[in-house]
Amino acid sequence: MTPDLQELGAQRLAEHVERKVAGQTASGGRSSGFARIAQDGEVDTTHGAILYLEDVSVSFDGFKAINKLSLDIAAGELRCIIGPNGAGKTTMMDIITGKTRPDEGSVFFGSTIDLLRYREADIAQMGIGRKFQKPTVFEHLTVFENLELALKTHKGVASSMFFRLGSEQSDRLAEVLHTIHLARDLTRQAGTLSHGQKQWLEIGMLLMQDPKLLLLDEPVAGMTDEETARTAELFLSLKGKHSLMVVEHDMSFIKTISDIVTVLCDGSVLAQGTLEQVQADERVIEVYLGR
Amino acid sequence: MQDPVLQLPKPQALLTRSGWAVFLLALVVVCAIAPFLNLMVPAGSFFHLSDYMVALLGKIMCYAICALAMDLIWGYTGILSLGHGLFFALGGYMMGMYLMRQIGRDGNYKSDLPDFMVFLDWKELPWHWALSDSFVATLALVVLVPGLLAFVFGYFAFRSRIKGVYFSIITQAMTFAAMLLFFRNETGFGGNNGFTDFKRILGMPLATPSMRMVLFILTGLTLLGFFLLARYLVSSKFGRVLQAIRDAEGRVMFSGYNPIGYKLSIWVISAMMCGVAGALYVPQVGIINPSEMSPAQSIEMAIWAAVGGRGTLIGPIIGAFVVNGAKSWLTVSAPEFWLYFLGALFIAVTLFLPAGIVGVLRDPGSLLRTLRDFRKGR
Repeated sequence: MTPDLQELGAQRLAEHVERKVAGQTASGGRSSGFARIAQDGEVDTTHGAILYLEDVSVSFDGFKAINKLSLDIAAGELRCIIGPNGAGKTTMMDIITGKTRPDEGSVFFGSTIDLLRYREADIAQMGIGRKFQKPTVFEHLTVFENLELALKTHKGVASSMFFRLGSEQSDRLAEVLHTIHLARDLTRQAGTLSHGQKQWLEIGMLLMQDPKLLLLDEPVAGMTDEETARTAELFLSLKGKHSLMVVEHDMSFIKTISDIVTVLCDGSVLAQGTLEQVQADERVIEVYLGR
Repeated sequence: MQDPVLQLPKPQALLTRSGWAVFLLALVVVCAIAPFLNLMVPAGSFFHLSDYMVALLGKIMCYAICALAMDLIWGYTGILSLGHGLFFALGGYMMGMYLMRQIGRDGNYKSDLPDFMVFLDWKELPWHWALSDSFVATLALVVLVPGLLAFVFGYFAFRSRIKGVYFSIITQAMTFAAMLLFFRNETGFGGNNGFTDFKRILGMPLATPSMRMVLFILTGLTLLGFFLLARYLVSSKFGRVLQAIRDAEGRVMFSGYNPIGYKLSIWVISAMMCGVAGALYVPQVGIINPSEMSPAQSIEMAIWAAVGGRGTLIGPIIGAFVVNGAKSWLTVSAPEFWLYFLGALFIAVTLFLPAGIVGVLRDPGSLLRTLRDFRKGR
């Protein structure tokens, strides 16, 4: 290796570290911890973290899908989760979003909201958005209608029967349509979109919910390189304002967006750190290459 | 690169201009043309609408209401009910009880009580007949009884997240159980004979041409009214949430909607519509008995909706007319073939017309494509 190549590498590393520090100081919508009256149902992030999982375990027919998992996500953070198949990544998201009840452990949104006491719809309304591994959109509705349904508003039966799109909401919808590059396709049936476009639409639906925490399960699977690059840009622009948890197998994508990477294996955290750190970790190398 | 001003779609109108034209035409046919052809045109004339046809069309319009109700729950929400015949029959029984009380002392036994109670040697009306003398209370019960049953049943079924074929089987069991219950004499609903020999409604004789026409017009207006209601529901955001539940219920939940409330609402609305249809059906047909609750009746409702085209409101109405038209013709000319025909029709629609008659009318090429795919073995 020539000296100038080494120099270039060091320069890149420095840039990466610099960027990370910037990410850590972003407020994530936090407010001060004192002289403030907490509102009912408000997500309390004054202690820094927006999501805490502690000693969570769940087993299916004796198989421990999640085993004493402890993890926390800071407000405004973009956290990448990697791990081999069956490591429990999707099950962890199921637990956070209320789809699966853990056998033991606690899951908190902010420092006050115990997520285990709520159902899927309530958790979604509180501000946790989820993108499924397989892109899931409403195939028979148009792109516009898909986004309209996801819009943050009252979601009871009566309010839906008499719902009219307000002008502020229209602006928000138009903004998201541009963000996800589907402005030209707004009257198309979602079922006719390409795989990558469906992924974008589903991400757009999350944005319409204006969630505080986004859980993204393999968001760039099936996307072209171009689409992947744009997704990376989008996620980096969301970081700070929202908190993101991204599960992905695409290492180059992780490399582009990651600050801290958590490696899951057999239902618990195996290693955590920057991508370089975890890639250098003996145990991580073993679970990825050793079998 | 981006369009500077994005044109978002406008909210849908209730009906298109041509839709309103067809709607008004149907209104005129029901309220003016049919009564004129039946009552004014002399019986010998080619244009005369016979009493038989009025009765048949009135009955089919009741079925069309059921098909419409079926479409809301099955076509739009993706929940196949095989128990809607029960709601229809309950509405019918509520009306039947009122009509039984209207007979007064003109029954065979010249008693205040309905004939079957005299026959059973009962001395007074059972408790559940308490409101049967009041027409207004009967109208309320016609929607409330099916609605309440649907609410209780639906609440537990949807809360337990019973879906798909399991839900269908349970609804089927529900109507079958109710049929067995109504067959029993001690239930107080006339046992296997049910209610018949009605004489009057609101003190007026039932078996006159003008009363038949009034009932016919009422049925037609109810069908058209329910059509508009259904149209409003499915074109509102409520309707789009229903379709979203059909396509991807998980996504609906993670978008912050609680699907139970939505499913329960449309399920109860659908049951109430069937109850009204049953109440209109009984005075026109003149009989209600537990065979209306047999599983086959409920399955037929699903067939009407499927033949016409699920997920389109006009489709199931067309389906109800086509299937029942064929039924009344075939059961006269070749009665033994009717069930074979019905079975063959269902198979053919499932294989070749997944979108029903309306699907083919909208896109005639789709039939050719399906046939070609079928020949190739898909």
